[in-house]
Amino acid sequence: MCLAIPARIIELETDNAVVDAMGNRWQAKTTLLPQAKLGDLVLVHAGFAISMVDEEEAKKTWELFEEIDNFQKTRNKISG
Amino acid sequence: MQSACEKLGRQINIMEVCGTHTVSIFRNGIRTILPAGLKLLSGPGCPVCVTDQGYIDIVLQLADRKDCLIATYGDMIRVPGKNGSLEKRPSSNVRVVMSSEDALKLAKDNPKKVVVFIAVGFETTAPATAVVVKEAAQQNIGNFCILSGHKLVVPAMRALLSGKNHKIDAFLCPGHVSAIIGSDAFTEIAENFHRPCVVAGFEPIQIIEGLAEICRQLAEDEAEAKSVYAAVVTNKGNITAQKIISDCFEPADGLWRGLGKIEKSTLKLRDKYSRFDAFKRFGLTEAPTEELGGCRCGHVLCGLITPPQCSLFGNTCTPTEPVGPCMVSSEGACAAWFKYGRGK
Amino acid sequence: MAEANKVKPKTEPKKILLAHGGGGQLTDELIRQHILPRFRNKTLAELTDSAKLNLDSRSVCFTTDSYVIKPLFFNGGDIGKLAVCGTVNDLAVAGSKPVALALSLIIEEGLEFELLEKILDSISKTAKANGVDIVTGDIKTVETGAADKIFINTAGIGIKLAGVDLGFGKIKPGDKIILSGTIGDHGMTILSQREGIKFQSPLKSDCAALAKLTCRLLENTKGIKFMRDPTRGGLAATLNEISKSTGLSIEINQPCIPVTPTVQAAADMLGLDVLNIANEGKFVAVVSPQSADKCLRICKRSSLGKKASIIGTVTKTHDVPAVEMVTRIGGRRIVPMPYGRELPRIC
Repeated sequence: MCLAIPARIIELETDNAVVDAMGNRWQAKTTLLPQAKLGDLVLVHAGFAISMVDEEEAKKTWELFEEIDNFQKTRNKISG
Repeated sequence: MQSACEKLGRQINIMEVCGTHTVSIFRNGIRTILPAGLKLLSGPGCPVCVTDQGYIDIVLQLADRKDCLIATYGDMIRVPGKNGSLEKRPSSNVRVVMSSEDALKLAKDNPKKVVVFIAVGFETTAPATAVVVKEAAQQNIGNFCILSGHKLVVPAMRALLSGKNHKIDAFLCPGHVSAIIGSDAFTEIAENFHRPCVVAGFEPIQIIEGLAEICRQLAEDEAEAKSVYAAVVTNKGNITAQKIISDCFEPADGLWRGLGKIEKSTLKLRDKYSRFDAFKRFGLTEAPTEELGGCRCGHVLCGLITPPQCSLFGNTCTPTEPVGPCMVSSEGACAAWFKYGRGK
Repeated sequence: MAEANKVKPKTEPKKILLAHGGGGQLTDELIRQHILPRFRNKTLAELTDSAKLNLDSRSVCFTTDSYVIKPLFFNGGDIGKLAVCGTVNDLAVAGSKPVALALSLIIEEGLEFELLEKILDSISKTAKANGVDIVTGDIKTVETGAADKIFINTAGIGIKLAGVDLGFGKIKPGDKIILSGTIGDHGMTILSQREGIKFQSPLKSDCAALAKLTCRLLENTKGIKFMRDPTRGGLAATLNEISKSTGLSIEINQPCIPVTPTVQAAADMLGLDVLNIANEGKFVAVVSPQSADKCLRICKRSSLGKKASIIGTVTKTHDVPAVEMVTRIGGRRIVPMPYGRELPRIC
């Protein structure tokens, strides 16, 4: 019950933002995150930014994921 | 994780209380790579699943009224009540929205109808509802109201651990609810019941990280509320969101499917916003109703049985013809088991 | 006074009237002025009740499909292009070379002529680019509200390629499964433009005719057993259909399935599974293990198959035929047949 994805704020006017996730752009409100600024990475749920995303930490997860991905791909090539 | 299981010499039961965790665990096949002694229980983390039958019947009643327009998240569309589901109502009376703001806009665009926003979800979603209630108040939008079905996670966890037959050793806590309430919110569970509570994200690696931390704590006989979802969750959570929730809502006793009445576990609109309360506006109360014959969603939700142990599972209760919410909801344990397990 | 008696100059109607489907003067005008010029070919020009085709073969493939998509125009295509590609693809994956299409239009009274012309232009352009003629057709009009702007049906005939015999019966355990490119593009593009879900996106439908590539594959390799294009229901539906019809099971590898990050992010936002999302320019081929690499190379040399990938294998069934996926982290899970209506969720 928490479908939310990280997205970057690319437009911001008072609490109306446009966020970008891999090129997809949605409108989101930053009413719950008054400290959010243009360029910030935030977590968006049901049209609202609910939390800041720490980029360093997020990067670690993605890097780990890529490692596993590559490992799986090579493993499959060998066995498949 | 393997060594923790071996050290403890018994089966470890970890309950996850977030529907999105349930789905991620199934979609990524996590159960298939866990050590044999580690069992994952699906708890009442799917807000649709724990919505009492009575609430659903009220939603359907309102959907049948000519003066109402129901605005709901997609999750609720197929949930069955006594008289069918929202899916089976004409689409002119029911609109799927992606955000509470869309529901408010619907009210502005349809002045002749009363828009009823079906506000379900845990603390992750409640702030979104609160924001639009306040906006409706500021902008004086008279044809908008909400049917609050918002629920709180921690009271449910408390109720589960107070139950007699539970076998829960630890909780995998919801990542995004925690973004709002903060990981410290679980401290009382960890301390009072001596059960590790670890907040994890939803990517498979993050879930595994969370499980690993739980095992570590169990092996060391520790019980802490901790987060391994550092990218998003802080100890205190989102204070702005918490404030807005408490400005609009107050905790009230509420009915949870399968768990019965839990004290101070649901959110009710405060009196100052009562004109936006659909319950008050239409004079409705949520009364406990009987389970649809044979349905054991309640036991599944408490982790007492696995879906295949319900006699209806896979026979009269399937994703195409669901009996209870656990099968309907895309996050329900039964639906996930059926779809991603072996259909048995 | 004199003004009132003047006959008003005859101007072409800007919108479709019911009379355009009446079979009389307006229908005739519509066909001669708007249809014939766009689909110039001898057969159609005869305007007989049925098209007479001289086909070199007695082995033909025949198919039909209806197109009711909304919105009519989307990034990467429109209902007209889709109506040609969809039917061409059904002929292509059956192992035939598409040659002729029948075109039926059901038009809602009030549709702007300009819109109709755009759609007809698109049909014409797509058909020409893929070597198929529109040889016969029909136009009907219905009252406002009885149709959603325009519904199109196309039926198509293709000549079976020599020596090619595709079918479920040919599939055996050990056969490899090739996917010709990224999945989810079409479905997510359409969703991104639907009311209530609208979001801006660089997403583009992959709507494309595949006959050139499928013919090349079939003419240059021997080991192709079966092909299908994963439209509604996505890759999941197609694989489940194969599994059910053969009684065999399928194992696929998630890291090998090509998905663009934009499509994935869009699906994540809506809580949808890309495996269940429609595609309109991709195909799945089940091929013998010996020919898999060659098939892959041929695909990759074509602009329609640059991201082609061997995504899995057909396996023996242990209890119930199922499609199983090895996930990115090495776990396993079943890929079920989709319900048929993907609902966005927030929870």
